[in-house]
Amino acid sequence: MSRRTPTAATLVCAAAGSLTAWALAWTLWHGIDQRGTALAFGLLIAVGELARWGSGGGGEREPAPLGAAGALAYALLGQHAGAPTTHGVLQVIAVVVAATLAGSVPHLARGRGPGLDHIARRVLTVGFAAVCFQPLYNAGKVGELVGYGPYYALWIVGVLVLTALCDAVLAAALARGGRRSLRYGPLLRDELRALLGVASAVCATGAVIALAVAVVGLWALPVFCLPLLLTQFAFRRYAAVRTTYRQTITSLARATEVAGYTPPGHARRVAALSRAVGRELGLTESDLMILEYAALMHDIGQLSLLDPVPAGATAALPTAEQRRIALLGGAVVRQTGVPAHVAVIVERQADPYREQPLTARIVRAVNAYDEMARAQGPGGPLAALERLRLATGHDYQPEVVESLARVLARPA
Amino acid sequence: MRSVPPRARLLIVCAAFGAVGCVLPTFSQPTPWTAVVLLATLYAGCEQAVRCRFAGESAPQRLGAFFPVLLAGVFLLPPGAAGLIALPGALLAPVERRPAGPRRLWRAAQLSMACWAGATVYRALGGCTLLGAGAPAQPHFPHALLPAGAAALTFCLTLAALDGGILATAERVPLRTAWRDQLLRSLVPIAAHGLAGLMMAVLWRSPYGPVAALLVLLPMYISCWGFAQYHRERAAHQATIRALVQAVDIKDEYTRGHSERVGRAAELIARELGMPDERVEVLRFAGILHDVGKLGVPTRLLRKDGRLTPEERRVIELHPEYGHEMVRGIGFLGEARSAILHHHERLDGSGYPYGLVGRQIPEFARVVAVADAFDAMTSTRCYQRARPVEDAVAELKRCAGQQFDPRMVRALVRALDRHSWYPAVTADQPHRPHRPQDSGRNVPPSQRPSPRESATTDSATADSATSECPTSDNAAASDSAVRPSRPGAVR
Repeated sequence: MSRRTPTAATLVCAAAGSLTAWALAWTLWHGIDQRGTALAFGLLIAVGELARWGSGGGGEREPAPLGAAGALAYALLGQHAGAPTTHGVLQVIAVVVAATLAGSVPHLARGRGPGLDHIARRVLTVGFAAVCFQPLYNAGKVGELVGYGPYYALWIVGVLVLTALCDAVLAAALARGGRRSLRYGPLLRDELRALLGVASAVCATGAVIALAVAVVGLWALPVFCLPLLLTQFAFRRYAAVRTTYRQTITSLARATEVAGYTPPGHARRVAALSRAVGRELGLTESDLMILEYAALMHDIGQLSLLDPVPAGATAALPTAEQRRIALLGGAVVRQTGVPAHVAVIVERQADPYREQPLTARIVRAVNAYDEMARAQGPGGPLAALERLRLATGHDYQPEVVESLARVLARPA
Repeated sequence: MRSVPPRARLLIVCAAFGAVGCVLPTFSQPTPWTAVVLLATLYAGCEQAVRCRFAGESAPQRLGAFFPVLLAGVFLLPPGAAGLIALPGALLAPVERRPAGPRRLWRAAQLSMACWAGATVYRALGGCTLLGAGAPAQPHFPHALLPAGAAALTFCLTLAALDGGILATAERVPLRTAWRDQLLRSLVPIAAHGLAGLMMAVLWRSPYGPVAALLVLLPMYISCWGFAQYHRERAAHQATIRALVQAVDIKDEYTRGHSERVGRAAELIARELGMPDERVEVLRFAGILHDVGKLGVPTRLLRKDGRLTPEERRVIELHPEYGHEMVRGIGFLGEARSAILHHHERLDGSGYPYGLVGRQIPEFARVVAVADAFDAMTSTRCYQRARPVEDAVAELKRCAGQQFDPRMVRALVRALDRHSWYPAVTADQPHRPHRPQDSGRNVPPSQRPSPRESATTDSATADSATSECPTSDNAAASDSAVRPSRPGAVR
């Protein structure tokens, strides 16, 4: 499907690629203005990129915050120790691309380099900021409009806010990629929400660096970036914490399989299907993560059973027993340190859907589907869906069952 | 204030008077009041804003996320005024632990004095002229870094000295440890805050004014949040262990107390062997989780009283492999994973699952084997009553070299000489939500001396020479003929 019509992602990459080629060619032809400044900023971006923590895929928002901040600062640099700068938009893009690639070489050598879309996003974002700032500044309009006092700082912040919005739109387009099934709205909402976190700090850092270099000169770079570089290493710990949570959850999800309470792969299937249904219903990324964790661990409580239920089909047990299992499972989940919502979903597994949060409804319906579909052989999936539909009065929410049916109807 | 010890109370009052003494001259001298009010409001606002959350967790207060504001004040203002900006923020800040009043007072006095000291040093080194006093403000770098660094260091030392003092008086921590801990913990963050504060001060003086200075706070807040991750990583590890222990616990309630005690015994042995702290921690995890594979054994079999058939015994002997299968994906467990797989190996090669011999058995597994057997003998189980510690030690010594590594046995004996051993060690988690503590099963040995009649099931069904050695679960016989294949294939 994505082979015929160009998707948003390929358009973004193509635009970034042609812009880069033009900028590099122009810069090579005309030479570099103010080489010292360009070199210092290039070095900063490269170091920030070297200290990156991850590939930029998955849940990580900004793997190289210092590199991104340095690039934005160079795009918004108007003065250097009181003297005006002269570099233009194309030089900004050329320096940023060259430095990013130089800093990525060791990562690429180890096969963990930044993705193409990550670089494309940075090129377009930095280009946007530079286009908003440099032509106006170099033409002297900024001085006339806002002067070089506090309003200048505010103006830089304004440009950065616009840039951040532009970045969020790009990121949502790239996240959607070739998958037509994803809705653009929730993705954009996720990206906009993420702006409040690391992205706002990256923008503020870019503004501070640009203003500080304007006052102090290049000494501002080491003075201000040293503490931030330390932070970037601390971010690796954050990544390690996330990894530990993930590994614990995977291991607990495996526990019921090892113990023979659930058929192999059940937890993973329920998690993948729940995620798909959640996305179909327009849940945000953070909700989807909670949903996935809960789906992986939803059967833990079964460990308390003296004898495994045949094929792990808890949907056939009496309600009181199902509740007891759900509560015990929730108690284990509470120990793992994942958000409390996950435990709530697991605890409320056996409740009628009207008393459940939406995420718990999804896990309950998908779990029942997976159990029934396996139990009934070749015609299982259809029969299971039929049985779910019949139980929508009390146990399963009709909307959830319908979107499950839509997800299943899609070609794999 | 009643719960505060008298000496700590005295210290707080002295510090409060000291702070007032530092601040008072401000009112009789020319002071840039606009800057003072702005910075004080900013600091107070930041302290309140700590309550809002970033990425799901609130920033840690103890790391002083907003020290850059105070340090900017130190670089910008005369000493007395610098002491003043900390007061409103610290007096109004939310306090996590009671008693709130004395804590607030102490915090305010302490920060105020630290700011005053920092600003005094900064002035004495002539820092004020370096930030750019002329009309086109042009700061002098890198010369400005020296007085700024000295001031930040003074700030840090004052805070650490006062903190150490209050810890020593109020919580009876030894003075030297308190000082060392405080200083080591705060040195790196305060160096970072010092640079950020300097940048704030520079921007504050620049034509762009306080607006630009405000922007510094956002990255610094994230930076503090980053530093806090060091503490959270450890918490995440503990959470993993607790979750796994609880998962085993809802299946078989006996295992919990046993796991905790084996973890403790393994830790004692590790310390005795002089292992570094990180390895001790991992070994403790190995001890706690060594029986996590019991999750894979049918509950009926775990709870069965009386003799096991060879068939049932073979199923139970799969538990190290089940355990390894479960935890092999958890990275931070490191060597503990092989300890879980091999903790039933014996030095002479008659153990399971692989029948490894001597040094082939991983070091951690040898430690856990001794700790496991020791606790199995000294605690009461459904099929045996507890034996006294001396008996257990004698038994371990007897089997050293044959079943156990003599080095580990000697280490345990030495550790037991030095530390007391309570067979019913409490769990990490003080309360358990759904079941009462099964303390009735673990009776201290002094109350119930029960010599040879407490033979294990295995000695009763002995069929080989080695089986008289103590074993840690009710099916640890030496059926070396039957080696299970892969754990996943069994079911």
